[in-house]
Amino acid sequence: MSHVNPGAYREAAARSLRDTPEVRGSVGSATRTFEASRTRAFAPIDGDRWRDWARDVKTHTLLNLDQYLEQAVERLEANGVHVHWAEKDVDALRVLDDIVERHGVRTAVKAKSMLSEELGVNEHLERLGVEPVETDLGEYIIQLLGEPPSHIVGPAIHKSLDECRALFHDHLGTPLDGTPERLAAAAREALRARFLGAELGISGGNFLAADTGTVALIENEGNIRLSTSIPNVHVAFVGIEKVVPTLEDVAGFLQITARSATGQPIGLFVSLIQGPRKADEVDGPEEVHVVLVDNGRTNALADEAAWEALRCVRCGACLNSCPVYRQTGGHAYGWTYSGPIGAILAPAMLGLERAMPLPHASSLCGACVDVCPVRIPIPDILLHWRERAVEAGLTPLGERAGSGMYASLAARPRAFEGAGAMLRHTPWRQTGRTLPVLGSWAQERDMPRPSAKSFRQLWKEGIE
Amino acid sequence: MIKASLFATCLGDNFFAEACADTVRLLRHFGVEVDFPEGQTCCGQPAFNAGHRGDAERMARHTETVFAESEYVVLPSGSCASMMRAHYPGLLSGEETPGDSARVWELCQFLVHVLGVESIGSGLEGRTVAYHHGCHALRELGIEHEPVTLLRSAGASVLDWEADRECCGFGGLFSAKMPEVSASMADRKLETLPDVDVVTSSDGGCLLQLSGRAERRGGSPPFRHVASLLWQGASP
Repeated sequence: MSHVNPGAYREAAARSLRDTPEVRGSVGSATRTFEASRTRAFAPIDGDRWRDWARDVKTHTLLNLDQYLEQAVERLEANGVHVHWAEKDVDALRVLDDIVERHGVRTAVKAKSMLSEELGVNEHLERLGVEPVETDLGEYIIQLLGEPPSHIVGPAIHKSLDECRALFHDHLGTPLDGTPERLAAAAREALRARFLGAELGISGGNFLAADTGTVALIENEGNIRLSTSIPNVHVAFVGIEKVVPTLEDVAGFLQITARSATGQPIGLFVSLIQGPRKADEVDGPEEVHVVLVDNGRTNALADEAAWEALRCVRCGACLNSCPVYRQTGGHAYGWTYSGPIGAILAPAMLGLERAMPLPHASSLCGACVDVCPVRIPIPDILLHWRERAVEAGLTPLGERAGSGMYASLAARPRAFEGAGAMLRHTPWRQTGRTLPVLGSWAQERDMPRPSAKSFRQLWKEGIE
Repeated sequence: MIKASLFATCLGDNFFAEACADTVRLLRHFGVEVDFPEGQTCCGQPAFNAGHRGDAERMARHTETVFAESEYVVLPSGSCASMMRAHYPGLLSGEETPGDSARVWELCQFLVHVLGVESIGSGLEGRTVAYHHGCHALRELGIEHEPVTLLRSAGASVLDWEADRECCGFGGLFSAKMPEVSASMADRKLETLPDVDVVTSSDGGCLLQLSGRAERRGGSPPFRHVASLLWQGASP
């Protein structure tokens, strides 16, 4: 991805709140709708058992990842799929070079794929002279706008209906008061021609079944089905953590992922890619490539705490439940994956220094833990990164010194009491704005008033 | 007679002294012999949540020493109680004699589950209240119905609040590291607040965040610690 900049999180978030307050409205209302749908979808099932199952399957797979990947590759190749290993983003992108040249690709239709965003597939295709066409409605919208996705599942979540109306009016000639159905129909019509004319289809992969070599894709619009079956060549970029042992496991994950993401019992379309078109088949590509991408995932796997984040199925439930994410949407995070999952994956995949301060973009409220379908202990991993950051000297010196001084004071009750007395007897409510920590507090809130007497004092005087 | 030690907490001692005194009054009212170990300071949560594990460990060790003899430790704070119950065992796992985290209770939880209090009195008749669920009380200690039940038992109408279980944006140092987002989170709480006589919570940090933001925005109902409201409810 070309614009990785988590370091500017605080400024970007503040700018979003100040300059585009409508983003908070759109993101807030959409995430609350997603969350309510998820809650309804979990009501009739034994959610705890499902989540335990999903956690255990993913954990087992990650602990035996080499074995399942080897099995998956063997089956993929037996199915006639070309398999590529990509250690870095550039290795993954290079796979496209040869395909584009051999097949004279001029247009590529793209199914929604966060991994392709992570890798910067669109930018690379443009460099190769290929026009990438996003075919998911949300991705189509943000491609027209030239923006990255703001949410894992709903990439245009930060846009209001009115903004989409204006955009479609300009690009597709729909009326300014068009209904959502009218806008979708116009996009569908425009995209249909692109599907028929594209030489290459590009997708991600929600799951990869090791026992059958099947790439599974979930969607609601039918665009993934078309992207992966109409063009003559299909390339699927699949993260190495997407493998699960069996196709039967995939059947379970399709359900818990859909329930967690959008509150559906299952996506409206499920595509199971089983290799290129066979001699007796009429549909499907003649050539299928699966690119197995690492790009920092083995770094995450090697980390004592963050490896659990690789269980993620990219449902977006943690974003939907996160009160921090809800204020700004995903752009402020400066990376493909935003919200709680982005904040714990970024240090593992980009390196801690580059990912700072994302581990601090959380109040540790724990709402994400309640909804994660694979039970990733997100607050624990956030704390883990915060501790690593302190050890690595990546937290401000003033904060480290202040914390140490406070801890020393706290070990000496008399001194601690004295510091409390200073709260009452110095005019810090007025001067606090100039101090570290307190100054940031005072920027947005009125200063708290200390009690007239400390409780310690009240206790000494006797409590009636 | 049940004996319990009050852990006022650093915020309670300095910003909610009356609420701590009301905690003592409530506990005595229900027959508890309360003591106040004077060596107590801070549980270490701010350092722990910001990643300063070594500092947090020092404070945890100090706190465990101070309360070593206590049968029960009762706190007018969900998040500090949660720090001791949920995180001390991991933080002090190397210690020879780690404290028993099961003896640590948040006030409302202690009243309901240890003392078996079902009804407080009638001192809150006619009062409308909004209750903010602190995240750690709610999710780490599982405190959901206790404070609301106690408030209602004293006659208060606890009104529905769409965002009552959403984080207020305090989060310790988070509120100073990311003040803009933190304040926006408080705004969401305040924007959805029903028309009530008083807003309350078991957590002082949340109350400082919400009241500080409300004052900045101008005009809001008073914010009071739940210990003080409950004592008002129990008062004849």
